[in-house]
Amino acid sequence: MSEIRTETMTVNMGPQHPSTHGVLRLVMELDGEVVQSVIPTIGYLHTGIEKTAEQKKWQQVIPLVERMDYLAAQSNSLSYALSVEKLLGLEMPQRVKDIRVLIAELQRIASHLIWIGTHGLEIGAVSMLFYAVRERELLLNINELIAGFRFFPSYIRIGGLREDLPRGFHAQVTEFLDRFPAKIDEFEGLLTKNDVYRRRTEGVGVISKEHAYAWGLVGPIARAGGSDYDVRKYFPYSGYETYDFKVPTATEGDVYARYRVRVAEMRESVKLAREALSRISPTGAWACDDTRVVPPPKDKVYSEMEALIQHFLIYSQGFTVPAGEAYVPVEGPRGEHGCYVVSDGSNRPWRVKMRAPSFMAIQALPTVVQGGLIADVVAVIGSTDVVMGDCDR
Amino acid sequence: MDAQAIIDSLSPLVPGAVFEAAPSVDFTTVYVSGEHLVATCQALRDSLNFETLVEVTAADYLPRAPRYEVVYHLLSVSKRLRLRLKVRVANDGTLATVQGVYPGAGWLEREVWDMFGIVFDGHNDLRRLLMPEDWEGHPQRKDYPVQIQKAAQTYAPLEVSQEQFRANLERDRVKRTH
Repeated sequence: MSEIRTETMTVNMGPQHPSTHGVLRLVMELDGEVVQSVIPTIGYLHTGIEKTAEQKKWQQVIPLVERMDYLAAQSNSLSYALSVEKLLGLEMPQRVKDIRVLIAELQRIASHLIWIGTHGLEIGAVSMLFYAVRERELLLNINELIAGFRFFPSYIRIGGLREDLPRGFHAQVTEFLDRFPAKIDEFEGLLTKNDVYRRRTEGVGVISKEHAYAWGLVGPIARAGGSDYDVRKYFPYSGYETYDFKVPTATEGDVYARYRVRVAEMRESVKLAREALSRISPTGAWACDDTRVVPPPKDKVYSEMEALIQHFLIYSQGFTVPAGEAYVPVEGPRGEHGCYVVSDGSNRPWRVKMRAPSFMAIQALPTVVQGGLIADVVAVIGSTDVVMGDCDR
Repeated sequence: MDAQAIIDSLSPLVPGAVFEAAPSVDFTTVYVSGEHLVATCQALRDSLNFETLVEVTAADYLPRAPRYEVVYHLLSVSKRLRLRLKVRVANDGTLATVQGVYPGAGWLEREVWDMFGIVFDGHNDLRRLLMPEDWEGHPQRKDYPVQIQKAAQTYAPLEVSQEQFRANLERDRVKRTH
Protein backbone atom coordinates (compact mmCIF):
# COMPACT_ATOMS: atom_id res chain seq x y z
CA MET A 1 0.00 0.00 0.00
CA SER A 2 1.38 3.34 -1.00
CA GLU A 3 1.85 6.08 1.56
CA ILE A 4 -1.06 8.47 2.06
CA ARG A 5 -0.36 11.78 0.42
CA THR A 6 -1.24 14.89 2.37
CA GLU A 7 -1.20 18.46 1.28
CA THR A 8 -2.32 21.74 2.71
CA MET A 9 -5.63 23.26 1.72
CA THR A 10 -6.31 26.93 1.10
CA VAL A 11 -9.63 28.09 2.45
CA ASN A 12 -11.33 31.42 2.05
CA MET A 13 -13.12 32.55 5.19
CA GLY A 14 -15.30 35.53 4.45
CA PRO A 15 -15.85 38.21 3.31
CA GLN A 16 -19.42 37.13 3.99
CA HIS A 17 -18.73 34.70 6.81
CA PRO A 18 -21.07 35.35 9.75
CA SER A 19 -18.32 35.25 12.37
CA THR A 20 -16.06 37.80 10.72
CA HIS A 21 -17.97 40.75 12.20
CA GLY A 22 -18.82 42.39 8.95
CA VAL A 23 -16.71 41.95 5.88
CA LEU A 24 -13.32 40.63 6.83
CA ARG A 25 -11.74 38.08 4.53
CA LEU A 26 -9.19 35.58 5.75
CA VAL A 27 -7.24 33.41 3.34
CA MET A 28 -6.15 30.49 5.46
CA GLU A 29 -3.77 27.70 4.66
CA LEU A 30 -4.83 24.64 6.59
CA ASP A 31 -3.06 21.43 7.35
CA GLY A 32 -6.00 19.32 8.41
CA GLU A 33 -7.51 21.44 11.15
CA VAL A 34 -4.30 23.26 12.01
CA VAL A 35 -3.90 26.79 10.70
CA GLN A 36 -0.57 27.21 8.93
CA SER A 37 -0.94 30.78 7.78
CA VAL A 38 -3.57 33.48 7.70
CA ILE A 39 -3.66 36.49 5.40
CA PRO A 40 -6.38 39.01 6.31
CA THR A 41 -7.82 41.17 3.55
CA ILE A 42 -9.63 44.31 4.61
CA GLY A 43 -11.03 47.35 2.88
CA TYR A 44 -14.48 46.04 1.92
CA LEU A 45 -16.07 48.68 4.13
CA HIS A 46 -13.74 51.52 3.19
CA THR A 47 -15.92 54.56 2.58
CA GLY A 48 -13.33 57.33 2.45
CA ILE A 49 -14.68 59.10 5.52
CA GLU A 50 -11.32 60.78 6.15
CA LYS A 51 -11.30 62.24 2.65
CA THR A 52 -14.93 63.34 2.93
CA ALA A 53 -14.23 65.00 6.28
CA GLU A 54 -11.75 67.34 4.62
CA GLN A 55 -14.59 68.80 2.53
CA LYS A 56 -16.89 69.48 5.50
CA LYS A 57 -16.95 72.22 8.09
CA TRP A 58 -15.59 71.28 11.50
CA GLN A 59 -18.94 70.65 13.15
CA GLN A 60 -20.25 68.69 10.15
CA VAL A 61 -17.56 66.06 10.63
CA ILE A 62 -19.19 64.77 13.83
CA PRO A 63 -21.85 62.64 12.09
CA LEU A 64 -19.18 61.32 9.72
CA VAL A 65 -16.77 60.10 12.38
CA GLU A 66 -19.64 58.56 14.32
CA ARG A 67 -20.18 56.22 11.39
CA MET A 68 -16.65 54.84 11.57
CA ASP A 69 -16.90 52.57 14.57
CA TYR A 70 -20.64 52.04 14.34
CA LEU A 71 -20.91 50.13 17.62
CA ALA A 72 -19.21 52.89 19.61
CA ALA A 73 -20.38 55.99 17.77
CA GLN A 74 -19.99 58.40 20.66
CA SER A 75 -16.50 57.23 21.43
CA ASN A 76 -15.53 58.44 17.93
CA SER A 77 -17.24 61.79 18.27
CA LEU A 78 -15.83 62.31 21.76
CA SER A 79 -12.25 61.79 20.58
CA TYR A 80 -12.80 64.07 17.57
CA ALA A 81 -14.44 66.78 19.67
CA LEU A 82 -11.70 66.63 22.30
CA SER A 83 -8.98 66.98 19.67
CA VAL A 84 -10.62 69.99 18.02
CA GLU A 85 -11.32 71.57 21.41
CA LYS A 86 -7.65 71.12 22.23
CA LEU A 87 -6.76 73.14 19.13
CA LEU A 88 -9.36 75.78 19.99
CA GLY A 89 -8.20 75.88 23.59
CA LEU A 90 -11.70 75.36 24.93
CA GLU A 91 -12.40 74.25 28.47
CA MET A 92 -15.74 72.59 29.11
CA PRO A 93 -18.00 73.37 32.09
CA GLN A 94 -18.04 70.62 34.72
CA ARG A 95 -21.58 69.57 33.87
CA VAL A 96 -20.67 68.98 30.21
CA LYS A 97 -17.68 66.88 31.26
CA ASP A 98 -19.86 64.74 33.52
CA ILE A 99 -22.50 64.23 30.84
CA ARG A 100 -19.78 63.19 28.42
CA VAL A 101 -18.38 60.70 30.92
CA LEU A 102 -21.87 59.28 31.44
CA ILE A 103 -22.45 58.97 27.70
CA ALA A 104 -19.04 57.41 27.11
CA GLU A 105 -19.64 54.78 29.77
CA LEU A 106 -23.12 53.95 28.50
CA GLN A 107 -21.59 53.65 25.04
CA ARG A 108 -18.98 51.26 26.39
CA ILE A 109 -21.68 49.09 27.92
CA ALA A 110 -23.64 49.11 24.65
CA SER A 111 -20.59 48.09 22.66
CA HIS A 112 -19.59 45.36 25.12
CA LEU A 113 -23.14 44.02 24.99
CA ILE A 114 -22.92 43.48 21.26
CA TRP A 115 -19.49 41.96 21.77
CA ILE A 116 -20.67 39.51 24.44
CA GLY A 117 -23.69 38.58 22.34
CA THR A 118 -21.86 37.92 19.07
CA HIS A 119 -18.87 36.30 20.75
CA GLY A 120 -21.18 33.91 22.60
CA LEU A 121 -23.16 33.24 19.46
CA GLU A 122 -20.05 32.33 17.49
CA ILE A 123 -18.85 29.96 20.15
CA GLY A 124 -22.16 28.17 20.39
CA ALA A 125 -23.90 29.98 23.25
CA VAL A 126 -26.61 31.23 20.90
CA SER A 127 -28.92 32.59 23.57
CA MET A 128 -26.32 35.15 24.70
CA LEU A 129 -27.23 37.38 21.78
CA PHE A 130 -30.87 37.62 22.83
CA TYR A 131 -29.98 38.48 26.42
CA ALA A 132 -27.43 41.09 25.34
CA VAL A 133 -29.50 42.78 22.65
CA ARG A 134 -32.46 43.09 25.02
CA GLU A 135 -30.33 45.24 27.36
CA ARG A 136 -28.79 47.20 24.51
CA GLU A 137 -32.26 48.16 23.37
CA LEU A 138 -32.65 50.14 26.60
CA LEU A 139 -29.42 52.02 25.89
CA LEU A 140 -30.58 52.80 22.38
CA ASN A 141 -33.78 54.14 23.91
CA ILE A 142 -31.66 56.51 26.02
CA ASN A 143 -29.91 57.66 22.82
CA GLU A 144 -33.28 58.24 21.26
CA LEU A 145 -34.35 60.25 24.26
CA ILE A 146 -31.37 62.60 24.21
CA ALA A 147 -30.99 63.09 20.47
CA GLY A 148 -33.78 61.43 18.54
CA PHE A 149 -31.29 59.04 16.98
CA ARG A 150 -30.67 55.53 18.21
CA PHE A 151 -27.32 54.58 16.67
CA PHE A 152 -25.56 57.81 15.76
CA PRO A 153 -26.91 60.51 18.07
CA SER A 154 -24.31 63.23 17.18
CA TYR A 155 -25.08 64.55 20.64
CA ILE A 156 -21.48 65.37 21.53
CA ARG A 157 -20.47 68.48 19.63
CA ILE A 158 -17.38 70.64 19.43
CA GLY A 159 -17.89 73.11 22.25
CA GLY A 160 -20.15 70.93 24.36
CA LEU A 161 -23.36 69.13 23.59
CA ARG A 162 -26.11 69.61 21.06
CA GLU A 163 -28.69 70.73 23.59
CA ASP A 164 -29.66 70.25 27.21
CA LEU A 165 -30.73 66.90 28.60
CA PRO A 166 -34.39 66.10 28.03
CA ARG A 167 -36.96 65.72 30.77
CA GLY A 168 -37.03 62.23 32.21
CA PHE A 169 -33.39 61.55 31.41
CA HIS A 170 -32.32 60.86 34.99
CA ALA A 171 -35.23 58.52 35.59
CA GLN A 172 -34.59 56.50 32.46
CA VAL A 173 -30.83 56.14 33.05
CA THR A 174 -31.37 55.28 36.72
CA GLU A 175 -33.85 52.62 35.72
CA PHE A 176 -31.28 51.05 33.41
CA LEU A 177 -28.43 51.27 35.94
CA ASP A 178 -30.61 49.70 38.65
CA ARG A 179 -31.54 46.75 36.54
CA PHE A 180 -28.28 46.15 34.67
CA PRO A 181 -25.93 44.68 37.38
CA ALA A 182 -28.33 41.77 37.86
CA LYS A 183 -28.25 41.22 34.11
CA ILE A 184 -24.44 41.03 34.14
CA ASP A 185 -24.82 38.29 36.76
CA GLU A 186 -27.16 36.59 34.32
CA PHE A 187 -24.58 36.80 31.50
CA GLU A 188 -21.93 35.45 33.80
CA GLY A 189 -24.25 32.66 34.87
CA LEU A 190 -24.50 31.65 31.24
CA LEU A 191 -20.81 31.80 30.38
CA THR A 192 -18.29 32.23 33.21
CA LYS A 193 -18.58 28.74 34.64
CA ASN A 194 -19.95 27.15 31.49
CA ASP A 195 -17.75 24.12 30.89
CA VAL A 196 -18.16 24.17 27.11
CA TYR A 197 -17.34 27.88 26.95
CA ARG A 198 -14.27 27.53 29.13
CA ARG A 199 -12.90 24.63 27.12
CA ARG A 200 -13.27 26.68 23.95
CA THR A 201 -11.57 29.73 25.39
CA GLU A 202 -9.02 28.88 28.09
CA GLY A 203 -5.47 28.85 26.79
CA VAL A 204 -6.67 29.85 23.32
CA GLY A 205 -5.28 32.83 21.43
CA VAL A 206 -2.84 34.00 24.07
CA ILE A 207 -1.65 37.60 23.66
CA SER A 208 0.94 38.58 26.25
CA LYS A 209 1.51 42.15 27.35
CA GLU A 210 4.77 42.43 25.39
CA HIS A 211 3.14 40.99 22.28
CA ALA A 212 0.28 43.46 22.60
CA TYR A 213 2.62 46.42 23.01
CA ALA A 214 4.76 45.40 20.04
CA TRP A 215 1.68 45.25 17.81
CA GLY A 216 0.07 48.40 19.20
CA LEU A 217 -2.86 46.62 20.84
CA VAL A 218 -3.41 48.99 23.73
CA GLY A 219 -6.80 48.48 25.34
CA PRO A 220 -8.74 45.53 26.75
CA ILE A 221 -6.54 43.09 24.79
CA ALA A 222 -3.36 44.28 26.50
CA ARG A 223 -5.14 44.50 29.86
CA ALA A 224 -6.12 40.84 29.62
CA GLY A 225 -2.41 40.09 29.28
CA GLY A 226 -1.30 41.96 32.38
CA SER A 227 -1.03 45.57 31.26
CA ASP A 228 -2.78 48.22 33.33
CA TYR A 229 -2.74 50.85 30.61
CA ASP A 230 -6.05 52.64 30.41
CA VAL A 231 -6.23 56.10 28.83
CA ARG A 232 -8.73 57.16 31.47
CA LYS A 233 -6.10 56.58 34.19
CA TYR A 234 -2.89 57.43 32.34
CA PHE A 235 -3.97 60.48 30.34
CA PRO A 236 -7.28 61.55 31.93
CA TYR A 237 -9.69 63.53 29.81
CA SER A 238 -13.13 64.98 30.44
CA GLY A 239 -12.60 64.87 34.20
CA TYR A 240 -11.97 61.13 34.62
CA GLU A 241 -9.30 61.94 37.20
CA THR A 242 -12.03 62.99 39.63
CA TYR A 243 -13.78 59.61 39.45
CA ASP A 244 -12.97 56.63 41.58
CA PHE A 245 -12.85 53.47 39.50
CA LYS A 246 -10.75 50.38 39.02
CA VAL A 247 -9.16 49.16 35.80
CA PRO A 248 -9.90 45.43 35.49
CA THR A 249 -6.91 43.36 34.41
CA ALA A 250 -6.02 39.71 34.00
CA THR A 251 -2.74 37.94 33.41
CA GLU A 252 -3.46 34.91 31.25
CA GLY A 253 -3.97 36.83 28.00
CA ASP A 254 -6.24 34.18 26.48
CA VAL A 255 -9.76 34.51 25.11
CA TYR A 256 -11.24 33.74 28.52
CA ALA A 257 -9.17 36.48 30.18
CA ARG A 258 -10.37 39.00 27.61
CA TYR A 259 -13.92 37.90 28.35
CA ARG A 260 -13.46 38.41 32.09
CA VAL A 261 -11.81 41.81 31.62
CA ARG A 262 -14.67 43.08 29.47
CA VAL A 263 -17.34 41.80 31.84
CA ALA A 264 -15.57 43.48 34.75
CA GLU A 265 -15.35 46.65 32.66
CA MET A 266 -19.10 46.65 32.30
CA ARG A 267 -19.48 46.53 36.08
CA GLU A 268 -17.03 49.43 36.50
CA SER A 269 -18.86 51.38 33.80
CA VAL A 270 -22.10 51.01 35.74
CA LYS A 271 -20.39 52.48 38.83
CA LEU A 272 -18.89 55.31 36.80
CA ALA A 273 -22.19 56.08 35.14
CA ARG A 274 -23.96 56.15 38.50
CA GLU A 275 -21.36 58.52 39.91
CA ALA A 276 -21.58 60.76 36.85
CA LEU A 277 -25.38 60.78 36.94
CA SER A 278 -25.37 61.85 40.58
CA ARG A 279 -23.21 64.87 39.67
CA ILE A 280 -25.38 66.02 36.77
CA SER A 281 -28.10 68.48 37.67
CA PRO A 282 -31.28 68.11 35.60
CA THR A 283 -30.71 71.47 33.92
CA GLY A 284 -27.67 73.66 33.57
CA ALA A 285 -24.79 74.43 31.23
CA TRP A 286 -24.69 72.14 28.20
CA ALA A 287 -22.00 73.95 26.21
CA CYS A 288 -19.08 76.22 26.88
CA ASP A 289 -19.61 79.98 26.62
CA ASP A 290 -17.26 80.58 23.68
CA THR A 291 -19.28 82.54 21.15
CA ARG A 292 -16.92 81.56 18.31
CA VAL A 293 -18.17 78.00 18.42
CA VAL A 294 -21.45 77.84 20.29
CA PRO A 295 -24.45 79.62 18.77
CA PRO A 296 -26.13 82.17 21.06
CA PRO A 297 -29.34 81.19 22.85
CA LYS A 298 -32.49 81.42 20.77
CA ASP A 299 -34.14 84.20 22.78
CA LYS A 300 -31.12 86.43 22.14
CA VAL A 301 -31.13 85.59 18.43
CA TYR A 302 -34.66 86.95 18.23
CA SER A 303 -33.94 90.12 20.21
CA GLU A 304 -30.32 91.16 19.56
CA MET A 305 -28.74 92.01 16.24
CA GLU A 306 -25.24 90.79 17.25
CA ALA A 307 -26.58 87.45 18.36
CA LEU A 308 -28.47 87.07 15.10
CA ILE A 309 -25.31 87.80 13.10
CA GLN A 310 -23.31 85.35 15.20
CA HIS A 311 -25.97 82.68 14.76
CA PHE A 312 -25.97 83.24 11.01
CA LEU A 313 -22.17 83.10 10.77
CA ILE A 314 -21.88 79.87 12.72
CA TYR A 315 -24.51 78.12 10.62
CA SER A 316 -23.39 79.45 7.22
CA GLN A 317 -19.60 79.80 7.49
CA GLY A 318 -18.85 77.57 10.43
CA PHE A 319 -15.97 78.57 12.66
CA THR A 320 -12.25 78.60 12.11
CA VAL A 321 -9.79 76.60 14.16
CA PRO A 322 -6.24 77.84 14.81
CA ALA A 323 -3.61 76.16 12.66
CA GLY A 324 -1.92 73.20 14.29
CA GLU A 325 -2.42 69.57 15.07
CA ALA A 326 -3.84 67.64 18.00
CA TYR A 327 -4.35 64.06 19.04
CA VAL A 328 -6.39 63.46 22.18
CA PRO A 329 -7.07 59.77 22.72
CA VAL A 330 -9.99 58.36 24.67
CA GLU A 331 -10.44 54.88 26.06
CA GLY A 332 -12.94 53.45 23.64
CA PRO A 333 -14.61 50.08 24.10
CA ARG A 334 -11.96 48.47 21.88
CA GLY A 335 -8.92 50.32 23.19
CA GLU A 336 -7.18 53.60 22.60
CA HIS A 337 -9.34 55.55 20.22
CA GLY A 338 -7.95 58.86 19.09
CA CYS A 339 -8.44 61.38 16.37
CA TYR A 340 -5.44 63.09 14.79
CA VAL A 341 -6.67 66.44 13.56
CA VAL A 342 -4.71 68.95 11.49
CA SER A 343 -5.98 72.46 10.90
CA ASP A 344 -4.65 75.04 8.47
CA GLY A 345 -6.57 77.81 10.18
CA SER A 346 -9.64 77.64 7.96
CA ASN A 347 -13.20 76.53 8.64
CA ARG A 348 -12.59 72.99 7.33
CA PRO A 349 -10.22 70.35 8.68
CA TRP A 350 -7.04 69.80 6.70
CA ARG A 351 -6.68 66.21 7.81
CA VAL A 352 -8.71 63.90 10.04
CA LYS A 353 -7.29 60.52 10.91
CA MET A 354 -8.91 58.13 13.34
CA ARG A 355 -6.68 55.75 15.20
CA ALA A 356 -8.63 52.50 14.88
CA PRO A 357 -8.10 49.77 17.50
CA SER A 358 -9.76 47.15 15.28
CA PHE A 359 -7.26 47.87 12.51
CA MET A 360 -4.38 46.97 14.80
CA ALA A 361 -6.18 43.91 16.15
CA ILE A 362 -6.74 42.45 12.69
CA GLN A 363 -3.15 43.15 11.74
CA ALA A 364 -1.97 41.12 14.72
CA LEU A 365 -4.49 38.31 14.15
CA PRO A 366 -2.16 36.04 12.10
CA THR A 367 0.47 36.10 14.84
CA VAL A 368 -2.13 34.91 17.34
CA VAL A 369 -3.93 32.15 15.44
CA GLN A 370 -1.09 30.55 13.48
CA GLY A 371 -0.42 27.04 14.71
CA GLY A 372 -3.83 26.83 16.38
CA LEU A 373 -7.00 25.11 15.29
CA ILE A 374 -9.38 26.55 12.73
CA ALA A 375 -12.22 26.55 15.26
CA ASP A 376 -10.12 28.76 17.52
CA VAL A 377 -9.84 31.41 14.81
CA VAL A 378 -13.51 32.19 15.34
CA ALA A 379 -13.04 32.42 19.09
CA VAL A 380 -10.04 34.74 18.72
CA ILE A 381 -11.70 37.10 16.24
CA GLY A 382 -14.68 37.32 18.55
CA SER A 383 -12.54 38.01 21.59
CA THR A 384 -10.57 40.83 19.96
CA ASP A 385 -13.90 42.59 19.34
CA VAL A 386 -13.13 43.93 15.89
CA VAL A 387 -15.57 46.16 14.05
CA MET A 388 -14.92 46.41 10.34
CA GLY A 389 -16.34 49.92 10.08
CA ASP A 390 -13.68 51.00 12.55
CA CYS A 391 -11.00 49.07 10.70
CA ASP A 392 -11.74 50.26 7.16
CA ARG A 393 -13.16 53.73 7.89
CA MET B 1 9.32 65.73 29.52
CA ASP B 2 9.50 68.58 27.05
CA ALA B 3 10.89 68.45 23.54
CA GLN B 4 14.30 69.75 24.56
CA ALA B 5 14.73 67.06 27.22
CA ILE B 6 13.82 64.36 24.68
CA ILE B 7 16.25 65.81 22.16
CA ASP B 8 19.00 66.03 24.77
CA SER B 9 18.62 62.39 25.71
CA LEU B 10 18.28 61.27 22.08
CA SER B 11 21.22 63.14 20.57
CA PRO B 12 23.99 60.99 22.12
CA LEU B 13 22.10 57.80 21.20
CA VAL B 14 21.66 58.68 17.54
CA PRO B 15 24.91 60.23 16.36
CA GLY B 16 24.60 62.56 13.42
CA ALA B 17 20.85 63.01 13.61
CA VAL B 18 19.31 66.46 13.57
CA PHE B 19 16.30 66.94 15.82
CA GLU B 20 14.07 69.94 15.88
CA ALA B 21 11.44 70.75 18.46
CA ALA B 22 8.07 71.63 16.96
CA PRO B 23 5.29 73.70 18.51
CA SER B 24 2.39 71.63 19.80
CA VAL B 25 -0.74 72.03 21.87
CA ASP B 26 -1.06 68.50 23.20
CA PHE B 27 2.24 66.67 23.74
CA THR B 28 5.90 66.71 22.79
CA THR B 29 6.56 66.91 19.08
CA VAL B 30 9.96 66.43 17.48
CA TYR B 31 11.03 66.60 13.85
CA VAL B 32 13.59 64.03 12.79
CA SER B 33 15.36 63.63 9.48
CA GLY B 34 14.22 60.67 7.38
CA GLU B 35 17.58 58.88 7.23
CA HIS B 36 17.80 58.73 11.04
CA LEU B 37 14.22 57.68 11.66
CA VAL B 38 14.86 53.97 12.26
CA ALA B 39 17.83 54.59 14.55
CA THR B 40 15.75 57.14 16.47
CA CYS B 41 12.87 54.71 16.92
CA GLN B 42 15.33 52.03 18.03
CA ALA B 43 16.81 54.37 20.63
CA LEU B 44 13.38 55.50 21.79
CA ARG B 45 12.19 51.93 22.26
CA ASP B 46 15.32 50.48 23.84
CA SER B 47 16.63 53.37 25.93
CA LEU B 48 13.68 55.67 26.57
CA ASN B 49 10.96 53.01 27.10
CA PHE B 50 8.62 53.93 24.28
CA GLU B 51 7.23 50.41 23.99
CA THR B 52 4.36 51.06 21.64
CA LEU B 53 3.83 52.66 18.29
CA VAL B 54 0.24 53.82 18.44
CA GLU B 55 -0.20 55.40 15.07
CA VAL B 56 1.52 56.16 11.80
CA THR B 57 -0.17 58.59 9.47
CA ALA B 58 0.66 61.37 7.06
CA ALA B 59 -0.65 64.70 5.89
CA ASP B 60 -0.32 66.27 2.48
CA TYR B 61 0.51 69.99 2.58
CA LEU B 62 0.32 70.35 -1.18
CA PRO B 63 1.69 73.71 -2.26
CA ARG B 64 4.40 73.46 0.36
CA ALA B 65 7.74 71.74 -0.19
CA PRO B 66 8.62 69.22 1.14
CA ARG B 67 5.11 68.13 0.48
CA TYR B 68 4.32 65.44 3.07
CA GLU B 69 4.72 65.01 6.76
CA VAL B 70 4.68 61.49 8.13
CA VAL B 71 3.63 61.36 11.76
CA TYR B 72 4.53 58.67 14.29
CA HIS B 73 2.72 58.62 17.62
CA LEU B 74 4.72 56.78 20.25
CA LEU B 75 3.56 55.81 23.70
CA SER B 76 5.53 54.95 26.79
CA VAL B 77 3.26 53.16 29.23
CA SER B 78 5.92 52.82 31.92
CA LYS B 79 6.77 56.54 31.87
CA ARG B 80 3.27 57.82 31.09
CA LEU B 81 4.58 59.73 28.10
CA ARG B 82 3.50 60.40 24.58
CA LEU B 83 5.73 61.55 21.78
CA ARG B 84 5.01 62.65 18.25
CA LEU B 85 7.81 62.11 15.75
CA LYS B 86 7.46 63.90 12.46
CA VAL B 87 9.38 63.39 9.26
CA ARG B 88 9.24 65.67 6.24
CA VAL B 89 9.04 63.79 2.96
CA ALA B 90 9.43 65.30 -0.48
CA ASN B 91 7.02 64.71 -3.35
CA ASP B 92 8.71 61.58 -4.67
CA GLY B 93 10.64 60.86 -1.49
CA THR B 94 10.83 57.56 0.35
CA LEU B 95 11.21 56.58 3.98
CA ALA B 96 12.70 53.55 5.69
CA THR B 97 10.23 51.24 7.37
CA VAL B 98 10.21 50.98 11.17
CA GLN B 99 8.76 47.48 11.03
CA GLY B 100 12.00 46.11 12.44
CA VAL B 101 11.52 48.13 15.62
CA TYR B 102 7.74 48.09 15.92
CA PRO B 103 6.13 45.15 14.08
CA GLY B 104 2.76 46.90 14.35
CA ALA B 105 3.95 49.54 11.88
CA GLY B 106 3.38 47.13 8.98
CA TRP B 107 -0.22 47.88 8.13
CA LEU B 108 -0.02 51.50 9.26
CA GLU B 109 2.73 52.17 6.73
CA ARG B 110 0.86 50.17 4.14
CA GLU B 111 -2.14 52.43 4.65
CA VAL B 112 0.06 55.53 4.28
CA TRP B 113 1.40 54.13 0.99
CA ASP B 114 -2.11 53.27 -0.14
CA MET B 115 -3.51 56.69 0.69
CA PHE B 116 -0.53 58.99 -0.03
CA GLY B 117 1.86 57.00 -2.22
CA ILE B 118 4.82 57.42 0.12
CA VAL B 119 7.08 54.41 -0.41
CA PHE B 120 8.55 52.70 2.66
CA ASP B 121 11.87 51.12 1.76
CA GLY B 122 12.37 47.63 3.10
CA HIS B 123 8.70 47.07 3.86
CA ASN B 124 7.84 43.38 3.57
CA ASP B 125 4.37 43.73 2.08
CA LEU B 126 3.71 47.12 0.50
CA ARG B 127 0.43 46.36 -1.26
CA ARG B 128 -2.94 48.08 -1.41
CA LEU B 129 -4.72 47.76 1.92
CA LEU B 130 -7.96 49.70 1.95
CA MET B 131 -8.34 50.38 -1.78
CA PRO B 132 -8.85 47.59 -4.33
CA GLU B 133 -5.68 45.95 -5.62
CA ASP B 134 -5.92 47.48 -9.09
CA TRP B 135 -6.76 51.01 -7.94
CA GLU B 136 -4.89 53.85 -9.55
CA GLY B 137 -3.82 56.90 -7.61
CA HIS B 138 -3.62 57.67 -3.92
CA PRO B 139 -6.90 59.10 -2.64
CA GLN B 140 -5.78 61.12 0.38
CA ARG B 141 -3.51 63.33 -1.72
CA LYS B 142 -4.83 66.84 -1.95
CA ASP B 143 -4.66 66.80 -5.77
CA TYR B 144 -6.77 63.67 -5.94
CA PRO B 145 -10.41 64.50 -6.82
CA VAL B 146 -13.04 64.04 -4.15
CA GLN B 147 -15.69 62.69 -6.46
CA ILE B 148 -14.83 60.72 -9.56
CA GLN B 149 -16.96 58.68 -11.89
CA LYS B 150 -15.49 55.27 -12.30
CA ALA B 151 -17.03 52.20 -13.87
CA ALA B 152 -17.71 49.43 -11.40
CA GLN B 153 -14.89 46.96 -11.56
CA THR B 154 -15.67 43.30 -11.46
CA TYR B 155 -13.47 40.40 -12.22
CA ALA B 156 -14.25 38.66 -15.51
CA PRO B 157 -15.82 35.26 -14.97
CA LEU B 158 -13.45 32.38 -15.28
CA GLU B 159 -13.67 31.12 -18.82
CA VAL B 160 -12.93 27.45 -18.95
CA SER B 161 -14.13 25.29 -21.78
CA GLN B 162 -15.87 22.01 -21.12
CA GLU B 163 -12.81 20.10 -22.33
CA GLN B 164 -10.44 22.00 -20.08
CA PHE B 165 -12.81 21.51 -17.17
CA ARG B 166 -12.84 17.74 -17.71
CA ALA B 167 -9.07 17.70 -18.13
CA ASN B 168 -8.67 19.58 -14.84
CA LEU B 169 -10.95 17.14 -13.07
CA GLU B 170 -8.99 14.23 -14.45
CA ARG B 171 -5.70 15.84 -13.44
CA ASP B 172 -6.93 16.42 -9.88
CA ARG B 173 -8.24 12.86 -9.65
CA VAL B 174 -4.87 11.53 -10.76
CA LYS B 175 -3.15 13.83 -8.30
CA ARG B 176 -5.28 12.63 -5.43
CA THR B 177 -4.77 8.94 -6.12
CA HIS B 178 -1.00 9.10 -6.58
